[in-house]
Amino acid sequence: MIRHHLSDALLTGYAAGTLPEAFSLLVATHVSLCDECRARLAALDAVGGALLDRQEAVPMAEGALTATLARISGTRPEARPMSRPQPGLFPEPLRAYVGGDAEAVRWRPVGGGVRQAILPTASGASARLLYIPAGTAVPDHGHHGTELTLVLQGAFRDETDRFARGDVETADEALEHTPIAEAGDPCICLAVTDAPLRFNGLIPRMLQPFLKI
Amino acid sequence: MTIEDDGARHCAQMLAVARHADQAAFAALFAHYAPRLKAFLMKSGATAAQAEDCAQDVMAIVWRKAGQFDPARASVATWIFTIARNRRIDLLRRDRRPEPEDLPWGPEPEPDQADALALQQDSQRLGEALAQLPEEQRTLIERAYFGDLSHSEIAEATGLPLGTIKSRIRLALEKLRQRLS
Ligand SMILES: [Zn+2]
Repeated sequence: MIRHHLSDALLTGYAAGTLPEAFSLLVATHVSLCDECRARLAALDAVGGALLDRQEAVPMAEGALTATLARISGTRPEARPMSRPQPGLFPEPLRAYVGGDAEAVRWRPVGGGVRQAILPTASGASARLLYIPAGTAVPDHGHHGTELTLVLQGAFRDETDRFARGDVETADEALEHTPIAEAGDPCICLAVTDAPLRFNGLIPRMLQPFLKI
Repeated sequence: MTIEDDGARHCAQMLAVARHADQAAFAALFAHYAPRLKAFLMKSGATAAQAEDCAQDVMAIVWRKAGQFDPARASVATWIFTIARNRRIDLLRRDRRPEPEDLPWGPEPEPDQADALALQQDSQRLGEALAQLPEEQRTLIERAYFGDLSHSEIAEATGLPLGTIKSRIRLALEKLRQRLS
């Protein structure tokens, strides 16, 4: 049961197609797991549809229809593709960035048993997977900008609440928190941010240049 | 002719394209949507020539992917908007936008007529609500969708009554999952 969803602002940006790539990846991954947000997104898409429908028409060039008909002539619309989601931890959009499911991740240790893997996305925001052993705390950190964390396996708790598979925590500048992975499976999360994290402890701060975030 | 009639007619035309590769139905959709796509793309920052090309691209994709149109989950305008949004990202070299995982789709079930009709009506009402918003608020929504606002500038809510349409689609998703489980 997912309890922490995406904000309206984030879903609206995704519907409009204007989010940084890393944020779109997190939204697409959450929506893959959450029909509530899939329906909210469809409603926000409908706003885009209503806007399109109400545009003042700008005439197309002469021959535009003929040219388009020529492009499609002799073709038939494709049949609806069959799709079966694959079993596994990562929904399809995340798999595409990792090159497979959880076992394909190329983790790098960042201290204290915590591992991470930075995913290739356009600059302006960054995305990484985090692996936090059960019972381990992620170094105490505050935030510049916005950081979103989507849980994919296990669960963590911090000063605000508990977050399990599918839940998204939205942290802004005001939140200083210490997420701790619960007992049980290691906690695996997708974290995206539009600014570098700032760690408060001495050693993590020294590590930060190597984390590339 | 009211917009409501338009919505139902476009839906029938879209299904005629999907099922029978009906070129006349496609031409009618083109006449309505291509000039609106062009306007939409120009407001998003494309030149007239880019918008013209891109609108034709979008309509060619509408033909090719017609089988994926599901009238219980989107109006024709909404479905075409989602295609245009993705083409605009390529056109204006915006950030890539990964898509959510597809819903599990099995062999095509006939879309439920009542569900489809209800959704088309909801979409119609949404369009009316949009038209009735105070000018300032409507402009803000337009700017968000035309790509004029960064994600951090987008307000928490659009101020539009989206609850009905959301609940309707939520039910459609539940039905779909039940059918396929
Ligand atoms: Zn959700």
